[in-house]
Amino acid sequence: MSIATTHPAEAPHEHYPSGLLRWLTTTNHKDIGTMYMTFALVMFFVGGIMILAVRAELFQPGLQLMRPEFFNQLIGVHALVMIFAALMPAATGFANWMIPLMIGAPDMALPRLNNWGFWLLPPAAILLTLPFTLALFGIGDGAIATGWTFYAPLSVQGGMGVDFAILAVHILGISSIMGSINIIVTIFNMRAPGMTMMKLPLFAWGWLITAFLLIATLPVLAGAVTMLLTDRHFGTHFFNAAGGGDPILFQHLFWFFGHPEVYILLLPVWGLMPHVLSTFSHKPVYGYTAQVYAFIAIGVLSVVVWAHHFFTAGMPVPALIYFMFSTMAISLPLAVLFFCWIATMWKGAMSFETPMLFAVGFIVLFGIAGLTGLILADVAADAQYHHSYFVVAHFHYALFAGGIMGVMTGVYYWLPKWTGHMYNEKLGKLHFWLTVVSFNLTFMPQFFLGLAGMPRRIPDYALQFAEFNAISTVGAFILGFSQLIFAWNVWSCVRGGAKADGRVWEGADGLEWELSSPPPHHSWEVQPQIK
Amino acid sequence: MEQAHPAPQDNARLIRRLLLLVAAAFVFAFAMVPLYNVLCEVTGFNGKTGAPGPARDGFSVGGLKAGTAPAMVVDVTRTVRVEFTGTVMPGLPWDMRPLTLSLDIHPGELQQVSYLVRNTSDREVTGQAVPSVTPGQAAQHFDKIECFCFSQQTLGPGEAREMPLAFIVKPEVDRDIAHITLSYAFFSIDGQRQTLTAREVQ
Repeated sequence: MSIATTHPAEAPHEHYPSGLLRWLTTTNHKDIGTMYMTFALVMFFVGGIMILAVRAELFQPGLQLMRPEFFNQLIGVHALVMIFAALMPAATGFANWMIPLMIGAPDMALPRLNNWGFWLLPPAAILLTLPFTLALFGIGDGAIATGWTFYAPLSVQGGMGVDFAILAVHILGISSIMGSINIIVTIFNMRAPGMTMMKLPLFAWGWLITAFLLIATLPVLAGAVTMLLTDRHFGTHFFNAAGGGDPILFQHLFWFFGHPEVYILLLPVWGLMPHVLSTFSHKPVYGYTAQVYAFIAIGVLSVVVWAHHFFTAGMPVPALIYFMFSTMAISLPLAVLFFCWIATMWKGAMSFETPMLFAVGFIVLFGIAGLTGLILADVAADAQYHHSYFVVAHFHYALFAGGIMGVMTGVYYWLPKWTGHMYNEKLGKLHFWLTVVSFNLTFMPQFFLGLAGMPRRIPDYALQFAEFNAISTVGAFILGFSQLIFAWNVWSCVRGGAKADGRVWEGADGLEWELSSPPPHHSWEVQPQIK
Repeated sequence: MEQAHPAPQDNARLIRRLLLLVAAAFVFAFAMVPLYNVLCEVTGFNGKTGAPGPARDGFSVGGLKAGTAPAMVVDVTRTVRVEFTGTVMPGLPWDMRPLTLSLDIHPGELQQVSYLVRNTSDREVTGQAVPSVTPGQAAQHFDKIECFCFSQQTLGPGEAREMPLAFIVKPEVDRDIAHITLSYAFFSIDGQRQTLTAREVQ
């Protein structure tokens, strides 16, 4: 991409509030992006502490540390926090920071909506976790204990933690939909002149598909939890068999949202991956057009495969076969992406700075997620593996190695751009190796546990599962504490460090690298001309 | 340059369209409720038995008028084993058990069995039974002519009652199906809306 930039004059000094008021009222995409990323990091640790408590309980068979009810609350809230309050806000933070810089726009299209979208998140996070605190004072019986899936009829019978979670999901959903509308409008209406859709950076493409998926499926989740709420309090019988309803209907509604949600979490990561791989391979992105079409294909397929999450709930054989083959069909566009990632690196002059290490680690581990997903998509195999630790291991390879390691790739890649300082490369590499080793130590044994028949979501287990569980718990604690290195590295990079120049990485290509590091508070006020 | 600050109506139009999409998706979630019921009735998905046919009109609980049952050709060339089971859901202080555990029948034959249901509490309680047929492919061919699940049942303190069920497994049932299980879940009605009808629980 060749561009002609008119060097923007030093941004005019405006008066904007300082201190807390600045962050409460800001409409600047960089400020809001920073808030999203910070919020995501905080909630990543909140969700992590919850699951470390769970792993501690699972260290040995028997019940040592907590009541089963509390265990159930921890696993459900862990998932909701990690998905809705850590991964999704992190992806939105990237979008806020990077999409305007990458497409040469002065800001997001709807800056005030942007501010509102962010400030809905903290109340939602409080709603989600408040029942834990209330229970300490004898109010209610703790947080939602149904797992993150809210399955009826358990969720109809559950305590007030379910109501808190329903309202939190509503608020989080509204926030995500506002963010999505903002991103679509920005990408459609604010691109630099000359930037056609097929010159759009892949990161923006990935986010565009994510935004459309959010708009199409989050309202369905909102509808489902609304029905749940009226079933619980207003005498409706959507999911109550005694009243002519059907609890299985909830599973259909939930997974109609839930499956696309996986791609909602992963598409922004797939979008940023080619940028990183191309930068550190010192080669252009391979197969841009193929990747765009793969994104679109995955987006479309993701909304027609939902029932593979409950093959065992009872379905006619033709339906089973349809959902099996349509699920497996998703591996085709994904294989295109894997091929493009590898081809981008192929015969490149590769260098292995921290973002590249994370990117390569992502490709290997996310590949394991994809292959084990094919096994679960098989109806006959799924009859055995459903609701076992095999599933837990599979989706952590997808969402930790795929999602969170992908986010970390992006953070290390763009952090010098955001802060103007280089992070500590030694600590970054240490963080990578500790993460990748302890991640496998945590989750690889869970594949074996699942194959051996250990069910998920149970605080106790049979003796033959003891060794693998002990290994997994040790791995989880190393994994959890390694992330403190990440937090420290980010913090010290914000505070200072070696100065980063505008380009940051030798092989970096794209509009965002034409700006200084950190970019001025107002960037691209004069849009670049793309030729 | 003209794209830097798009005309406000450009953004407004796009936002309106996207909001429409959001609203459509929300409505779709609720549209799934009737759609799903239709799907279940057509396919027998999830063990739902078929919609009540006109032949069942005129029947009342406790009085079996088998004479008006639809005439069927009995397929004596094969036998299907029907098993009966039932669960009392939490919140209902009842016991229930089928008086016939299983029955070998020819498709097309009219059969009658009954369940013994007993109220173990010292108060009057009303319950509603909800049937489910496994495998789902057999559900649409399992015709209940008379069933205690067609209406709510009230048992006095300590009262026990035999509750009848008359059914036909239609000859159209797939030849691969040799076993059918009929299961009832008895729910408590107390504290719930009293607007249940036989049609709704079918």
